[in-house]
Formats: sequence, structure tokens, C-alpha cells
Amino acid sequence: MKENNVQHEHSPSYGIYILVWLGLLALTGLTVAVAGLDIGRFTVATAMIIASAKAFLVLTIFMHLKSESKTFTVFVIVALFFLAISFILLFADYSFK
Amino acid sequence: MTTQTQAHSESHVHRDDIGARLGMWLFLFTELILFGGMFLVYSIYRFTHPEEFHVAAKELNTIIGTFNTIILLTSSLTMALSIVAIQKDNKRLSIFFQFLTILLALFFMVNKFFEWSIKFHHGIYPGSDTLLNEKSGEILFFGLYYVMTGLHGLHVIVGVAMIAFMMRFTSNGVVTHDNFIKLENTGLYWHLVDIIWIFLFPLFYLIT
Amino acid sequence: MTSDSVAVETNGHEPSYLEYQGKHKGILGWILSTDHKRIGILYLTAVLTFFFAGVVFGFLMRLELISPGETIVTAQTYNKFFTLHGVIMIFLFIIPAIPAIFGNFFLPILIGAKDVAFPRLNLLSWYLYMTGGILALLSIVMPGGPADTGWTFYIPYSVRTDTNVIYALMAAFILGFSSILTGLNFVTTVHRLRAPSMSWFKMPLSVWSFYATAWVQVLATPIIGITLLLVVIERVLHVGIFDPALGGDPVLYQHLFWIYSHPAVYIMILPGMGLVSEIIPVFAHRTIFGYKFIAFSSIAIALFGSLVWAHHMFTVGMSDTGEFIFSLLTMVVAIPSAIKVFNWTATLYKGSIELAAPMLYILAFIFLFSIGGLTGVMQGVISIDIQIHDTSFIVGHFHYVMFGGTGFAFFAGLHYWLPKMFGKMYNMKTANVAFWFVFVGFNVLYFPMLIMGWMGMPRRYYDYLPQFHPYHLISTIGSWILILGLIIMFTNLFKSLRSGKKVTAKNLWGGETLEWQIETPPTLENFEKIPVVGGHPYQYKDNEVTIEEEKV
Repeated sequence: MKENNVQHEHSPSYGIYILVWLGLLALTGLTVAVAGLDIGRFTVATAMIIASAKAFLVLTIFMHLKSESKTFTVFVIVALFFLAISFILLFADYSFK
Repeated sequence: MTTQTQAHSESHVHRDDIGARLGMWLFLFTELILFGGMFLVYSIYRFTHPEEFHVAAKELNTIIGTFNTIILLTSSLTMALSIVAIQKDNKRLSIFFQFLTILLALFFMVNKFFEWSIKFHHGIYPGSDTLLNEKSGEILFFGLYYVMTGLHGLHVIVGVAMIAFMMRFTSNGVVTHDNFIKLENTGLYWHLVDIIWIFLFPLFYLIT
Repeated sequence: MTSDSVAVETNGHEPSYLEYQGKHKGILGWILSTDHKRIGILYLTAVLTFFFAGVVFGFLMRLELISPGETIVTAQTYNKFFTLHGVIMIFLFIIPAIPAIFGNFFLPILIGAKDVAFPRLNLLSWYLYMTGGILALLSIVMPGGPADTGWTFYIPYSVRTDTNVIYALMAAFILGFSSILTGLNFVTTVHRLRAPSMSWFKMPLSVWSFYATAWVQVLATPIIGITLLLVVIERVLHVGIFDPALGGDPVLYQHLFWIYSHPAVYIMILPGMGLVSEIIPVFAHRTIFGYKFIAFSSIAIALFGSLVWAHHMFTVGMSDTGEFIFSLLTMVVAIPSAIKVFNWTATLYKGSIELAAPMLYILAFIFLFSIGGLTGVMQGVISIDIQIHDTSFIVGHFHYVMFGGTGFAFFAGLHYWLPKMFGKMYNMKTANVAFWFVFVGFNVLYFPMLIMGWMGMPRRYYDYLPQFHPYHLISTIGSWILILGLIIMFTNLFKSLRSGKKVTAKNLWGGETLEWQIETPPTLENFEKIPVVGGHPYQYKDNEVTIEEEKV
């Protein structure tokens, strides 16, 4: 039963988390800066791309998705897929009204 | 005639950290989709009322919003660090990081409280006459603002309670350097709360 | 059943889970138990109680409809009847029944485990279920009376009516939470607790069904959670989300409602289909045809089922493009279901078919579900749906799939597994008689709805034009035949629990899944030793069992 108790990081370090945190702060600065620009139709898309990048960092490093078994990543993709498809099909109605 | 003992009945409570994390991730999906539903509503209303959303968003203070974002991101950092600390068997440091996380979370809530108070003062709250006299897009914007940040705030408070429990568990030895699944799962919850805010922030505070 | 002293079987074996005495005695030993089998029984008791309540409302509805005009109740009361009937049958019966009763009881056993992944969460699920159920019943007696919005709670009426909508919404929200936790438990259980020798493609097909269902429970239910919560908030705080008077879009509510409620019907049917796949090989004494196709089709149904929701909304003013896309996807979702029906039928071919009660209900399932499914495909055609939306045709359709499908599968499950669960056998002749009453009554009740719906009879109407009277009359008589059948069936089953013939044989029907290798009724920990399995459990060679036991 030992394998159930395996912790993923055998020699954890503080450094990677601080690095990611700095990256998150940088991305926050970026998204605030970009908000000041007038890029019309791309406003939402840009904001969402930056937010997704931040979320990706939190998911993979802070939440250890990177070091978990692939099953976890598949799970996350399935959940995100469900959300994405709901968005897409919902807009299939509203975009064409 | 055999008699059965207590021991074997309770014996099938076995430890499975991977299973515990799997269950936690599944729970997080439900939270993601709970908020996702509101993001769906937001996206449709923004699509159908772009101008009015833009006007309504001017009421929100970008600086407080940005500040709160930084606070929450930092709280995610301290949460992650508290786990590294307990893995390195540094109990006190872990508790300290957990405590910092709670402080930052409370700071976030205080800011939120002031934000809301200012708006209430201006008569902008659900069901208020001031709000109901505005265009429908603006009413919708603030309805979504209050419900989404309100529900998020509720989750922050729940998170604070959970982390407080973890501080206790770490201190009394329930959470240890080779059994910290409870702390990990609390961390996972906390990071999700952070991720939701990461998306809330630009959608409400950065529409210009 | 239990007494103060520990009861043991006289052959010196371990006590069954029914007799086992742990930390708590008597009733506490049941309502505080984290044993998946006891929790399954707790659900059985609760679900059947709510089912009977739902039947009563259905009976009253049909009584009102036996003649035009006001017959026994006012229009307002009739609206409350069909709301309660829908809320109870959907949220308290059809959605939880097979997963929470049979899934809880048998999933761990089917995969060679001692319990689910999170036993305490399992008990919490049951308490949430009871809370939701009680709230729903409370809405009947509190001032204002039960909601009269229909189980769909459409805006704007659901924010205008002063009936107890909030009770119903909160009940549904809490029941959703119960469903989510069950799903979460099952996904983790299937991933983590299978016996070491049981790879994915050696799992019983009912496990595949429970697994696919569990995913839909986890992902889709939160959407209804937030949607109903938003309606509560709108009612209480006048926030302005869906209410058109406050700038909201009522069609958006419908979208969100159906984003869950369509996948919900797959939560309902998938476990039933799992039971069909389980029972047919046993009573046809043949290997299941196309194991992998059936397994994958469960996943496909769960997947495609989340893409079709707006086919409930063809008449509300969606864009043409949107309607076209949803209609097309609706055609696609029928395919994996059809694959199952073909494979089941192929399994019967050249089989040695035994028409015991479980098999009768399963064969009826295939017939009734096919009718229901085909009428569903008809509805997916937009030009047809424009005519028949909100008519009795729809009501006929969903009763054929939900009741003729899941309901009959549930009855099959009762007749298949109750003897295993309690070690008592019912009267098989009586069970067959009951079946015929139920089957005939069902068709007499629901087929006229297809006809009169096609002719224009609206649904949720307590009054109607004279030309529909003959159909309504026949339909109501059908409801009486059906209810008579249900009375015979349940009397037979309940009697067997009290005074039926005791059963100790492990394998009652000649099945090859793991529940037939253990004690009847099962012991607390299900298995003495973790079983080792060969191939998938449908390899019928002279009915020889292919399971060996090995020390762990």
C-alpha cells in the first residue's frame, strides 16, 4: 500500500513558487496595462488569454498538476471541455440572432 | 458460534492520498462550473449590452481591484509555501505561512467591504431605485457584479475557516510532514478561489 | 432484523451486513452507518417513499383529466399537482434511484472492493437527499402552497408567483449537491478501488454506466445549482438576472436550465442501460455482444448528451443557426443509444432465454425505450417540434424513456437484486402477473398521449376540447391498471422481505459478476479475500464461473 502514500515532490523547494508568483504579478501588470489601450474587439480576448496564462501557472505549479499522474490532467481537460462547449453552443444561438 | 470483533470492521478505512486528491479535484470542478454558469450569463449579457457594461464598469475602482488581485495571488503563494514547509518538517514555518494566507484573505475581504460600502452609499445595490432607473445592461452588470463577487467572497470566508482548521491540525500533529493530505486539499481549494478571481478581475474591473 | 445481542448465522460464518452490530445499536446503526450497503438500503426506503408520493400525484392528475372541465380540483391546484409530480419523480426518484440504491449497494462489490472511496461522504449524500426531500414536502404544507410553475421553473412566472417556489428551488439545489457527492464518490471509487486484476475492460458494464453517469452528475449538476440559486436571489433581492422586467433575458434562463436538465436525462437512463447490459446475458445465457461498443457508448452518450440541450427550446425564439446546430447534434446523440439496443438484441439471438421477472422488465425496457427514443428523434426535427412542442406528445415521449426505460430497469433491478440484498425470495409467479398489469397499464396510459399530442392536445392543461375526451378516458383507465400492477408488485416484494423464503445460495440466477460469488446477504466487508478476475464477466461457457479467489 506504500504507493498510495507517495508524495509527488521528493525534494520540494520554495524557489519555484516564488518565481511563479513573480510571473503572476508580471502578468497582472500586463493585463492592467493592456486594458488602457484601445484594441476594440480584442479587449476581451486579450484579457482572457492573459488570465488563462495566469490560471495555467496556478494549476500546473501551485496546484501540482504538473507532477501528478496524467489522469488528473485528463480530468481537468474534460471539465474545461464541458465548460467550453457550453459557451460555444450558447453563442451558437446568440451570435446569430 | 463466532463472535465478531470491532477491529476488522473499522479496518477497511485505508489511506489513499491520490484518491483523496482525485476527489478534491472533482469537487473543484463542481465549483468551477458553479461559477462557470455565472460567467456564461455574464458573457451573454456583455455580448448583448456592450456599451452599457462599459458605462457601468466605470463605477468600479481599478486600483482597489488590482490591489485585491495582488493580495489574492500572494495568498496563493503563502499557501503553497506552507505545504513546502511541512514537507520539510518545518512545522512552525508552515503554520506561519498558513497564518499569512488568512491575513491576506481577510485583507481582501476588508477591501471588498469598503468597495461595496461606497457603492451602497451611492445607491447602487440590488433592487435600489437608483439602479433600477438605469438602462437594463447596467442593472444586469451590477446584478452580476454583486452576485459573483459576493459568492466568491463567501468562498473566501469558507477558505479562511478551512485554513484556520489546518493551522490547528498542523499544530496538534494531525497534519505532519508525511501526512499532509488535508493541507494539500485545502491548498487546492484555495488556489481555485484564486483562479476564479483571476477571471473576475479583468471582466469587471478592466472593461475600458 | 437486528436485536440487542449480536446475531450470527448458525453455520459459523460471519454475520451479514444486516445483522452486524458496530459502534451504534439499533436504528442508529443504520442512520449513522457508513457501510455502502446500509446506505443503499437507506436510499431504498427513502426513494420508494417519494416514488409512492409521486405516483399519488400522477394518479390525481389523471383523475382530474378523466373528463373535460374541472373534475376534482381547480386549475391552480392542478398546476401544483403536475409541479410536485415532476419535482418528486425527477429529483427524488428517477435521478437518484438506480445509482444511489443499486450503485451504492453493488458498485464496490462489482469491482471487488470493500466500500466506496469516501464512505462518510456517502452518508452525507443521503442526509442531503433527505433534507431536499423534506423541503420539497414542506413546500406543500407551508402557507402559499406548493409551487405551480412546473418542475422547469421558467422565468418570469417563477419570480412572480407567490407559491412556495423558494422551498422547491432550495430542495432541488440540495438534492443536486447530494447527486454531485454520489458522482464524485463513484468516479474516485472506480479509479482507485478496483481489484488489482480488474482492468477497465474487465469491469462489468453496469460499472461503465455508473462511471459515465457519475461524470455527468459531477459536471452538469452545478449548472442547475447556480441557475436555481440565481432565481432564489432574484426572487428575494430583486437583483435583475433573468427577469425581463429588470432587463434580464428569460431565454437565457432556459438555456442554463437545460444545460443541466438535458444531461440529467442521461443521468437517469445510463444506469438503467447498465442494468440491461447486466441482466440480458444472465437470462439469455449468452455472452454479451460487443462489450467494448457498449462500454464506449456509455461514454459517448455522456459526452454527446451535453451538446443537445436547446432542443427543448425550439419554439422560444432562438436563432435559426442555433436551432439547426442543436437539431443536428440531437440526431447524433441517438446513435450510441441505438448501438446499445442493437447489441442487446444481438445478445438475445440464439440465446436460451429465461423469462423470469427481471428479464421481463428488461425486455419491456428495450421495447418501451425504443418507442421513447424514436419519438425523441422525431422531436429533434425542428419542423415537427414546432407542432408538437408543449403537447401531450412530449409527455408521452418522456414517460416512455424515463418510466418505460429507467423505471422498468429499476423494477428489473429490484427483482434481480433484492433477494441478494435481503436473502429473501419473492413469489415469482406473482411477480410475473404484476409485470403484465404494469406493462399493459403503462401502454394504455401513455400511448394515447402520443396520439392526442399529435392531434394538438396541450400539456399542463387541466381542461380540453371534447375531441380529446376518449383518449384521456383510456389513459386514465390505463393509470388504474398500472397502479394495480404496482400494488401487486410491491406487495409481493415487501411480503418477501417479511416472510419470504429464505435464500442462502450465493448465485441465484447464474450470473458471473462478483456479487454472485459472495454471501447472500453479503457480509460487512463483502469479500473474505480480494477476488482475482479473468476476462470480462459475461463469458458464458456452460454457465461455468470463471472467478478464482486468491490470498491478497
